[in-house]
Parts: sequence; C-alpha cells; structure tokens
Amino acid sequence: MANLKEMAKQEERLTGGHRACAGCGIPIIVRQIMHSIKDPVVVGCATGCLEVVTTIYPYTAWKVPFLHNAFENSAATVSGMESAYRAMKKKGKINKEIKFLAFGGDGGTYDIGFQSLSGAMERGHDMLYVCYNNEAYMNTSVQRSGATPFGAHTTTAPAGKVKQGKEQFKKNLTEIMVAHEIPYVAQAAVGNWMDLTKKIEKAMTIKGPKYIGILQPCQLGWGYPMEMTVEIGKLAVDTCIWPLYEVEHGKYKLSYKPKEKKPITEWLKSQARFKHLLKPGNEKLVELIQANIDKHWNNLLLKCEGGVV
Amino acid sequence: MPILAKTGNEAMAEALRQINPDVVAAYPITPATEIAMIFAQFVADGDVDTEFVAVESEHSAMSATLGAAAAGVRAMTATSSQGLALMYEILPIVSALRLPIVMPEVNRALSGPINIHCDHSDTMAARDFGWIHIFSENAQEAYDNLLQAVRIAEDTRVRLPAMVTTDGFIISHCMEKIETIDDAKAKEYIGEFKAEYSLLDVDNPITVGSLDLQDYYFEHKYAVAEAMKASKDVIIEVGKDFGKKFGREYKLFEDYQLDDAEIVIVALGSTAGTAKAVVNDLRGKGIKAGLLKIRVFRPFPHVEIANALSKAKAVAVMDRSDSFSSAGGPVFTEIRSALFDSAAKPKLINYVYGLGGRDISKENIEGVYDELAVIAKTGKIKNLFNYLGVRGI
Amino acid sequence: MAELKGWKELKKGDVLEAGTAEKFETGDWRSMRPVWHPEICIQCLFCWIHCPDTSVTVDKTTSKMTGFDLKHCKGCGICAQVCPVKPNKAITMEKEEK
Repeated sequence: MANLKEMAKQEERLTGGHRACAGCGIPIIVRQIMHSIKDPVVVGCATGCLEVVTTIYPYTAWKVPFLHNAFENSAATVSGMESAYRAMKKKGKINKEIKFLAFGGDGGTYDIGFQSLSGAMERGHDMLYVCYNNEAYMNTSVQRSGATPFGAHTTTAPAGKVKQGKEQFKKNLTEIMVAHEIPYVAQAAVGNWMDLTKKIEKAMTIKGPKYIGILQPCQLGWGYPMEMTVEIGKLAVDTCIWPLYEVEHGKYKLSYKPKEKKPITEWLKSQARFKHLLKPGNEKLVELIQANIDKHWNNLLLKCEGGVV
Repeated sequence: MPILAKTGNEAMAEALRQINPDVVAAYPITPATEIAMIFAQFVADGDVDTEFVAVESEHSAMSATLGAAAAGVRAMTATSSQGLALMYEILPIVSALRLPIVMPEVNRALSGPINIHCDHSDTMAARDFGWIHIFSENAQEAYDNLLQAVRIAEDTRVRLPAMVTTDGFIISHCMEKIETIDDAKAKEYIGEFKAEYSLLDVDNPITVGSLDLQDYYFEHKYAVAEAMKASKDVIIEVGKDFGKKFGREYKLFEDYQLDDAEIVIVALGSTAGTAKAVVNDLRGKGIKAGLLKIRVFRPFPHVEIANALSKAKAVAVMDRSDSFSSAGGPVFTEIRSALFDSAAKPKLINYVYGLGGRDISKENIEGVYDELAVIAKTGKIKNLFNYLGVRGI
Repeated sequence: MAELKGWKELKKGDVLEAGTAEKFETGDWRSMRPVWHPEICIQCLFCWIHCPDTSVTVDKTTSKMTGFDLKHCKGCGICAQVCPVKPNKAITMEKEEK
C-alpha cells in the first residue's frame, strides 16, 4: 500500500535539472510512478514534452535506462526491448525482474502512436503504457489532438470570430484499451497521488499488457497559475471530466466518487483555454459539454455497478 | 558443405536460421514476405531460439528491432519497397544509435503506381541514412552476404546497420543451386553477439536517443560518417576472410573481364548476371567488353571504382531506379563524381532501365554495348541520359 | 555550462550516462522561492511527492523533509499550494532576492 514515508526512502529516479516548465504536471507523474515501483525499471519514451525536457544532450534527468526512438513508436520500441528481455531470460543470460514502461503524451498515444500502442497491446507484451494526457500537442505550442476536449482553444482549433475551439468531442482511448481486453486499464490524474501510486503498484503485480491514462494539467497550454497544477487535477476529477477508475480483467471499478459533483462551469472557469465558452452566446456549447460529461459519467457508473462487462 | 536448391528468399531465410538472432520483428510485404514466413516456421519448430514479434507495421518492425538492439541483443527484420519506405523515419535513427541491425531487403519498386516487381528505387531512396548497402547478384550471394553483413555490422570499428538486397522476384523467387555452410561452422562464424551498450544493464543505466541541439548533432552525425568510411576496409577484410574459410571471396565490386575492357557496363544485382552472359558472347567475337558489378553501394568505393574504370574507353552505368534529378540516376551520379578528378576517364553515359520489373534482356544489353562501341570509336556521346525500354520515346 | 566536446570524445551512438541533468542549474528560473517553516511542518511529505523538480529534499533514513534544493527549484509554488497545514502553511512563497 502506498506510503509516502516508505516511498521517500527510495532513490530518486528522476533528477532535478530538467527543463520542464515550472509547475509542469509530467514530472510529478513520473516521480509518483517511479516511487511506486520497487523493481528495476526500463523506460521507453515517445518524442514530446517528457522526452525533450528530460534528455537534452548531454543532460539526462533519468537514473533508469531510458530509450527515445521517435514520436509514434514508444509502444513498438518498448515491445522490442521487452522481447529482447524475454530472449535473454530464456537463454539464462539475465535473471533480474525488470519492469518495462512506455511513456507517451496524448499526441503520441491517441493520434500518431495509436497503431503502435494497439499492436503492442494485442501482442500481449508484459509492459505498462503510460499516457500523460495534457489534451493537446503541448511541446509544439498547443495544437489539438484526439484527446483535446470539445470547445477547448488550441492553436490548430482556435477560438476566434467564427469558431469556438475544437468542434469534436475527445476520443475515449481508455475505453478503446478496455476493448483490447488487456488485463489492466486505468485512469488516474495528477492531484490524487494515492490513487495513482496504488494503481501503479497494482499494475506491477499483473503480467501482460497494461495501460494507464493520466490527466496532466499543463499550466502553459491550459492557462492557469503554475502553482495550481495539483488543484486543477483534483477539479477534473470532482467535475467528472476525468473519472478515476480501473478495469481489471474486464471488471470495472470506480476509484473515486466525488461527494459533490461540481458543475462543468467550475472547470471551464479555471482555465484560459475555455474562457471564450463563458462568453454570452455560448451557453449552448456549455450545455453540450455538461451533457456529454454527464452521459459518460453515468455510463461509467453503470459499468462499475454492473460488475464484469 | 551442403548444396541446396533455394530461391533467394529461401537462401536468406536459411542464413537467418543459422544466424539465429535473439529477436526478429517482421511484417509481411511482397516479395520479402517469405523470408519472415519461412523463419516463423523455424521458430514454430524450435529450429531457432528467436523471439519472433509479428508487429503490426514495418514502422513498428524497425522500431521494435531498434528497441531490441538497444536492449543489447542481436535483432533483425526483413522488408521491401513500401515497407522500407515506412521504415525510412527510423533508419537514420538506427545508424545514429550505432546499432548493428542486419536486414534482408528485397528490391521492389516504390509506389506509385503500386508495383510489386523489381527495381532499386526502394533502397536507393534510403542511401542517405547511414546504412551499409550490399547488393546480391544471385541466391548464393544473398546467403553469403547476409552472413558477412553480421560480421561487418557488428565489427567494433563499424557498428552500423546493414541491408543486404536481392532483386525482387527475379532472385527472391527463382530457384538456384547454392552451397551453404554447415550449421556448426556457420554458428562459429557468426559468433556470440557483443552489445556495446545495453538498456537491460539496469546497474549501469544509460539514456539513449537524447535530443541534440545545434551544439551536438553534427558531432554525432560525423561519427556515423567516420564509421561508414571505416567500414570499407572491414568489408574487404571480411570478404577476404570469407574466401579463406569458405572458398568464396567477396570484394567491394566484381570486375568481370574488366582488365583490358574498352567498353564497360556498370550494373547492380541480377542484371549483372545477364550482362556477364553478353560479355562472354562479345568476347567470343573478339570484342573487348567488360562488366563492373557493384556489390557495395554504401560506403561508395569511389576511389576503387574510378581506378577500375579509368582505362576503359566508354562506360554505361545502368541504374535500376531514377532519382528524378533530370541529370541521371543515383549510381551514374556517384560514378561520374568519382571519376571527376581522374586524369584518365572514359566517356560515361547513363541508362535508367528495368523500373517496376520491366525486363532487361541480353538483346537490350547488347544494344548498350553497341552504343558504347560507337562512342568508343567516335569519341562522341549522342545522349548522356538514356531510358532503356520505355515505349514511345 | 560544460565545455563542448569533440566528436571522438562522445560515447558511440547518442548514449549518455544516467542523471547528468543534476549538474544543470534551473534554480535561476525562479522569481519566487519556497520558504520552509519547520516549526509547524507536520512532515506529511505532500510537498515532496508533488515537486516536479525533485527539489524537496528528504533524509532517506528518517523519511523527513529537510528543505529545498535551490539549485533546481523553479519556484512554481506547488509545494506551498499543496501544504495542508492550517491556518498558516509550513511552506510560503517569497520573492527571490537578486
């Protein structure tokens, strides 16, 4: 069980000195994940904020083996490393227990990395894929991705005189991962460290392909004061924008039910990327968003109460 | 040594079986698919210890192969044409990371239009990616080249990836007689894989594939350029050693009746085989015809090729791909550049031929030698850039 | 900043030994700095588990928070924000002195 005092004794596997923005949610995720794993870890990472800020030659913030290949192939690359590990183990050349993690942003996971993720999951490699989801291509200045929510302002689906931000609702990759029938799928968020660390600990006990999508507030791309990253993450969960749940061998389990489900306006108010939605005339859009959130939340509640799906 | 009837693909699969790599990640594409199919059967029958990863695209094939190689094992894949094209993004990453991945590549035309037959456009378009390119004339060479490629790529003076080609369908699917090496000797020849770094060495963690800004990219690429330069001598060494051990020596290129040749064709792959037959016929008539068959295209042996061609009167470079430069195909351009500083140089012309599997016959090649004879006699070139076999021109 | 190396001095293949970013100073990014008030600190370690820059120092044997790594701290203020102590937080953000 996650225990901060125990975790604090473990060596830091991500050092300071990386170039993430002040208040960035990604290294918070990475540190919490690393502190939840006791075994040696090997990391593969897609091109994106995480890779760029942590490995600018000759500086690397990683104290575990780390490989960056390209943008869309984090899952394929890690599946190659994992296959090499199995080959070595079979030949008796290695006997350590090593955990394999693949990191990708929402761009490198929902969009360009989708195929390679799906393939790796289907093939059953023993690895955990972690999507740090800041809902846009942040490293290249906030372009829309398949994970960008309806109405959000991004630089390729901006809010302007005739358009009100993204016109499509986001892809539900977590459910697509559930449809792959892999042993473990989960959603977590920056803001609930206990939930995230528990999920990682559990994932490490499960053999086979695993996926976790973690909502990661981005102060620059979402537009909020940098010290509020953790609070914004909590708000996402309390407004049910990003429910915390897991699906273990097909069985849905809700991780957290807000005592008081907050209205979507709280969420929209908190970030500059939504401010145009609160202008008079856009009420219909806000209604659409609330309806969509409610629909997904209610569906999720049904799945969680219903047991095995 | 076993003598077997094998197609080019079967010969390559046989070499792969003896190499017994730790990981193979492959995806099907005509006409290379058979290599993976035959190999997968070896896996299923326990003839190899390989972890076979049936990836969902060639991009993932090269990505997974890279991941495995970076993890410190011998990793291979095989492909052709569109598959290689899909791998293009990853190929220069492999060479930059100095991973000695060896890959059979069955030469097939690049789309569009889509065409499954032989030409060299797929690998020629990949000539700038820091991979060693070795062309095979026939199934025997395909088998021998693949084994040597492992020794070349993994040599510590090199540590670059290598692709070994055969002509799609012409060689890949045609049955020939080949002489193989017996399993024990082949295993000894290939040797144990020595990783120069390994991501599975968790006690000595490393970061591989960092972002380079303007201050370091150039140095990393220069290292690849130097390794490519150094690979030439290693290729020669390995070829000589192969000859000593197994009776078939290999060089950077094959000179066929080249010594006193006045009219010469330069060709790669199976066309060289056809050209050899034509050279024999012409020599029978007392005509001083010769052939230079390029085996190693990367690194490009510019000094040696320039020397070998300097004494000829007229040379035709046969390109089985067009780089659409409007100034000749890739092989022609590199040979012309190689000869630029030579005191003695032949008249040099280019033929782009055989695209999309357009057949090239003995008659076609005789026609080229006829044209060379005219040039040798008159000293005049009618057309510098030619297309052989296109209807309507 | 480290002196730039020549090509021969680089490891083969864009390979780096682990953790070299520790040598890179990001502390000069700050305009605010965290100030610890140990007398009211309840040692919950929330600041430590939420610091993006591994800049909350912890004693590995006692698991007690001991302060901040100012070479790397970017002054984001998350630590102060998540500190649960009331009515006064055990971490406050103050202007970085020049």
